[in-house]
Amino acid sequence: MMDIKSDKQHIYWNPYLGGFLLGIILIMTFFFTGRGLGASGAAKAIVTQTVHTVAPTHTENNAYYSDQFLGGKVPISNWLVFEVIGVVAGAFISGSLSGRVFFRVQHSPKITARKRLWFALLGGALFGFGAQFAKGCTSGAALSGMTVLSLGGYIAMLSIFGGAFLFAYFFRKLWL
Amino acid sequence: MGPLIPEILSDQWNNIIAIITGMAFGFVLESSGFSSSRKLVGVFYGYDFAVLRVFFTAAVTASIGLLFMDYFGWIDMAALDGLPARVWPIIVGGLIMGLGFVTGGFCPGTCITAIGIGKLDGYMFFGGIILGVFVFSEMFPLFENFYNSSNLGDVTVPEYFNINPYWFTVGVSIIAIVAFYAVMLIQKRIKSVEY
Repeated sequence: MMDIKSDKQHIYWNPYLGGFLLGIILIMTFFFTGRGLGASGAAKAIVTQTVHTVAPTHTENNAYYSDQFLGGKVPISNWLVFEVIGVVAGAFISGSLSGRVFFRVQHSPKITARKRLWFALLGGALFGFGAQFAKGCTSGAALSGMTVLSLGGYIAMLSIFGGAFLFAYFFRKLWL
Repeated sequence: MGPLIPEILSDQWNNIIAIITGMAFGFVLESSGFSSSRKLVGVFYGYDFAVLRVFFTAAVTASIGLLFMDYFGWIDMAALDGLPARVWPIIVGGLIMGLGFVTGGFCPGTCITAIGIGKLDGYMFFGGIILGVFVFSEMFPLFENFYNSSNLGDVTVPEYFNINPYWFTVGVSIIAIVAFYAVMLIQKRIKSVEY
């Protein structure tokens, strides 16, 4: 594996180029499907489908789960599940071209890998929980919402980034 | 004319387009360095502003593009999915997500790109999301009233403040350019972090 790593590992695109291309992808997505990009919705589909398989009456009695079955829909065949499979593949291709594909834990040298993993789990749990209140995360609620000038999208962007700036000081030892 | 589904392309195309779109999305995010948590959180500590630059450029580019396409009659912007403005649930959810961002170092989309290149912290973050969604879903009856509260509907910012959408987008673009210039100055003053 080692020889696949290359010295291009830490060289990324110009952020304005990346942003411009991401904007074009958003336009095309809206043009083809009428909807935007997302990510947390795929996790919601996985959870709902799993719970439904284990305890079908339980999901029928909970409005949050049962709403996802309305009109005979199958949560796991949600658009976002397919999109997220694509994201894994796209990231793998990009990472492979720059020699960034190998298993590791990325963390600040001042904390241990174990600590990084526990905080990643905690952060994921908070993000997943919060995204349910907002009906979307940074991509689905904030970015896609802002693209169509949606008030909800702008509120989501301001509160996600505002919240992160607000709490950043308390967790600086994890990163700096 | 647009959106093409379901009027011009059949619904069956939807999942195929989802995978292609996802691949492009993942490729661009990863190439921009968004699979690195230490690069992402740099924006909150002032040592790397890639998140701000990519995010704002994408939002402004896409808004301008859609407004032009709407103007030319290629797409009906009013028919696109917006995010209904449930003001307080979005603010509370957003703040919780912000806390998740600085503790976990990813957001859901970027953690998927980290998974794609083998970062175990990305896998853990995704496990966390599953856990968070499960806990929320199970506790939903407790939040149901709040969840559906303060809903202003699927309204745009220009509609809500009764301003011209074109001028609004010009304003956002100017704010973005000023922000790009400001972070360039800030970055010069802050000690760089090796990662």
